[in-house]
Amino acid sequence: MTVATLPDDPQLRERFSELKPPLTPQAATIEANRCLYCFDAPCTSACPTHIDVPGFIKRIASGNLRGSALRILDANILGGSCSRACPVDVLCEGACVLHKQGRHPIRIAQLQRHAVDAFHDVKGDVPTAPRDSRHLRVACIGAGPASLACAAELCRQGARATVVERRPLPGGLNTYGVAEYKLRAAESLREIEMIRRMGVEFRFGAGIESAEDLRELEAEFDFIFLGIGLGAMEQLNIPGAESEGVINALELIARYKTGQLRELAGTVVVVGAGNTAIDAANAARRLGAETVYLLYRRGESDIPAFDFEYEHSKVEGVQFLWHRQPTAIRTDAHGVLLLDTVQVRDVAGSLVPIPDSKFTISCHLVVPAIGQSPIGDLMRDYSKIEVRNGLIATDRATGQTTNTRYFAGGDCTNGGREVVDAVADGKRSALAMLKIAEALYV
Amino acid sequence: MSDIRVRGFAGGIDSPNPFWLASAPPANTGEQVMRAFDAGWGGAVWKTIGEPVANVSSRYSAMDWQGLRIAGFNNIELISDRTIEDNLREMAQVKRRYPYHAVIASLMVASNREAWHEIVARAEDAGADGLELNFGCPHGMSERGMGSAVGQVPEYTEMITAWVKEKARTPVLVKLTPNITDIRTVARAARRGGADGLSAINTINSITGIDLDTFVPRPNVDGKSSHGGYCGPAVKPIALNLVQQVASDPESVLPLSGIGGIETWRDAAEFILLGCGTVQVCTAVMHYGYRIVEDMAEGLESWMRSKGFGKIDDFRGLSLDRITEWKHLNLNYKIVAHIDESKCIGCDLCHIACWDGAHQCIHLDRVTGPVNGHVELHSTPSQNEARTRSSITVTPVSRKERAEASSPHGPYMTPIERIPRVDETECVGCNLCSLVCPVDQCISMVRVDTGARAETWDERTHSAECTEPQRS
Repeated sequence: MTVATLPDDPQLRERFSELKPPLTPQAATIEANRCLYCFDAPCTSACPTHIDVPGFIKRIASGNLRGSALRILDANILGGSCSRACPVDVLCEGACVLHKQGRHPIRIAQLQRHAVDAFHDVKGDVPTAPRDSRHLRVACIGAGPASLACAAELCRQGARATVVERRPLPGGLNTYGVAEYKLRAAESLREIEMIRRMGVEFRFGAGIESAEDLRELEAEFDFIFLGIGLGAMEQLNIPGAESEGVINALELIARYKTGQLRELAGTVVVVGAGNTAIDAANAARRLGAETVYLLYRRGESDIPAFDFEYEHSKVEGVQFLWHRQPTAIRTDAHGVLLLDTVQVRDVAGSLVPIPDSKFTISCHLVVPAIGQSPIGDLMRDYSKIEVRNGLIATDRATGQTTNTRYFAGGDCTNGGREVVDAVADGKRSALAMLKIAEALYV
Repeated sequence: MSDIRVRGFAGGIDSPNPFWLASAPPANTGEQVMRAFDAGWGGAVWKTIGEPVANVSSRYSAMDWQGLRIAGFNNIELISDRTIEDNLREMAQVKRRYPYHAVIASLMVASNREAWHEIVARAEDAGADGLELNFGCPHGMSERGMGSAVGQVPEYTEMITAWVKEKARTPVLVKLTPNITDIRTVARAARRGGADGLSAINTINSITGIDLDTFVPRPNVDGKSSHGGYCGPAVKPIALNLVQQVASDPESVLPLSGIGGIETWRDAAEFILLGCGTVQVCTAVMHYGYRIVEDMAEGLESWMRSKGFGKIDDFRGLSLDRITEWKHLNLNYKIVAHIDESKCIGCDLCHIACWDGAHQCIHLDRVTGPVNGHVELHSTPSQNEARTRSSITVTPVSRKERAEASSPHGPYMTPIERIPRVDETECVGCNLCSLVCPVDQCISMVRVDTGARAETWDERTHSAECTEPQRS
């Protein structure tokens, strides 16, 4: 059974046309030839999955595209989605030594995409060890990048891995949460179909909600990997926060990416200024909203979003309201939302409302993007896993939790970083499990 | 202004500058040559005139390098496929309109005295300022007993040159083929035959590459290829070497027209420094057009002015006495690599090049902070790499993390751990690191005073012979 796909939606494709279109083969060769082929390259160090960047680029330059893709996938099985979703300015491309020569860094992400896309285009397969050549069965809870990377590495080395996911499609935020102009859901699913062909099994619509669910998994598997991400998005703590027309940023993104939300109009207000807030605001613009405000309680220099994301959102036409907080959401007689806001200023670390600065925005949609809530208590209570500040505590090098049968990685351990961090976590855990299993079977 | 005019080259050829079109497609017709002169070329050696040939298609192929086009160029085109009459009529027209430019007739006919006498007379009647005997063409014509078939046999070269000299009133240049063990044997023969000058080099036998899908070498002529003549930037070092051999050989030396990979004034200056009085260009024009001569003339003049050379003869041949046999090099001259930390970008190519390709004396063992005692960790490249690959790295997501990640890591723009260290006691001064370093002036080779007086291999072995009996 192949991984499900989403129907192609030309309207979605057109509205969310790619920010960075693929390189032509010749452009890729020319770009690849710019690479200095640094020794022990800083780009490789900067990558959480330590992709051999000069190695794969050299292979593109020589026309060995399959070898290039395998070199990438060897380090990072989600090399395709990472090439689109990674904030490379602060990772590999930010570390490129050419910056120090006043030259444009190598377009590593574009080259990586070039190689991996060519691999997926021909339904390339990663070589794997014979199934059950390693005596190890692992359940990975959540089908996001951390679990996928963990499961893929296990199967690559001949162990068994089963990914358990409550949603109908795998990929987690890769499928449901990355802006479509960066990473199309279909691309994410194509990549996961390759992982399935490596031998990873999937159980969809299977939420782990109770102690009983965990007990069953413990009975069936040697280890359990938790790649469960963070909890639901935080709600606004103001009156009217649950009004109709309030939809959190991740939900908005998931709906448009899966075709459930195809059109917006009027005014949309996004609350928050992280990368997800920017993604939601840009999406609202592309879906047709005439006016999109991004409301942030602090100033421009404080926004948590990456600089390039902020710059991009200005190009998309998002307008920013700084030092402003929502106070209430009301609905008028015509069903239009009235978002009451107030100007605030920072007084010794706390935000104090400025008198007479109230301002009401009438809008069609309010989109909170103020972070995700910590994970629930099930793991802590049943499995005796230590949870610190809402995050699962792990050994950094192995991802092992305080319950030695449980490993964890990705957002549920780091509080929300990037796809590539989750992949690195998942792979490290897989390697640690294989090592433990090897010791046990010797 | 410095004077870049050429006067009395090879006994009587003048041209406004030393830049001539080589005998090749850019000098195929009168119309082309006139446009070239308008663009600034000082002379043109006409595409070789002889009994018209039939050509094949395709004819050219190239060696691209790292995405750059035409590092080397190859052709299997023969001499002019136009009639002798057409060529000479146009030559006469060009000469009438451009009396001060050099027009040289390149000639190739069957190897008999009458044929050569006839073509010499006709070319000179058309107004040629000089003749160039094509004894170098390595493909096609050589199978018919012409071109390099002549140039590879000193006796033929001498004989035909002598026939030509019996008739010629203008200077005669012999174009030398590099496809021979010792180019001087033919140069000497040409001189014995009475040549007034030499042109070097013609193209080098080559197969530029093979199509990995069809297995047919390039250029492909209906599924087959043939060895061709190699030229372009890649051949310049070979050409310089052969020019130097000829120019330094007392029995060969004649006025020289340098050919081989010349694309800029810098290339031209190098050929002149090895003794050439003029230079000829083809591939660069085939790549970019006649317009490249503008910078060649400007650049050469400007460089000459900066060096205080009033005319070309002021620097012609200046580098010849800087080339000697290896046994005369100073064995006690010692240089070591010096890395400028403020320029280093941390690519560490010098480290890996030295470890894998030279003498294992550039190390990644610099440490930050105070060091107690002698630091010589000397981890191998693979140990260095393994350390990085096993480290845990995360994406800097918060503003604070990003600021930390992008902040300077010490006194230099590159973290000190990534700036390699040269072990000067082990460094043999081979230059390799400075050649691979992508940053200008980052690695310089610095002279170290060994305290020893200059001594060559010749001197050392000679003195060893003298001292040997005493030691035993």
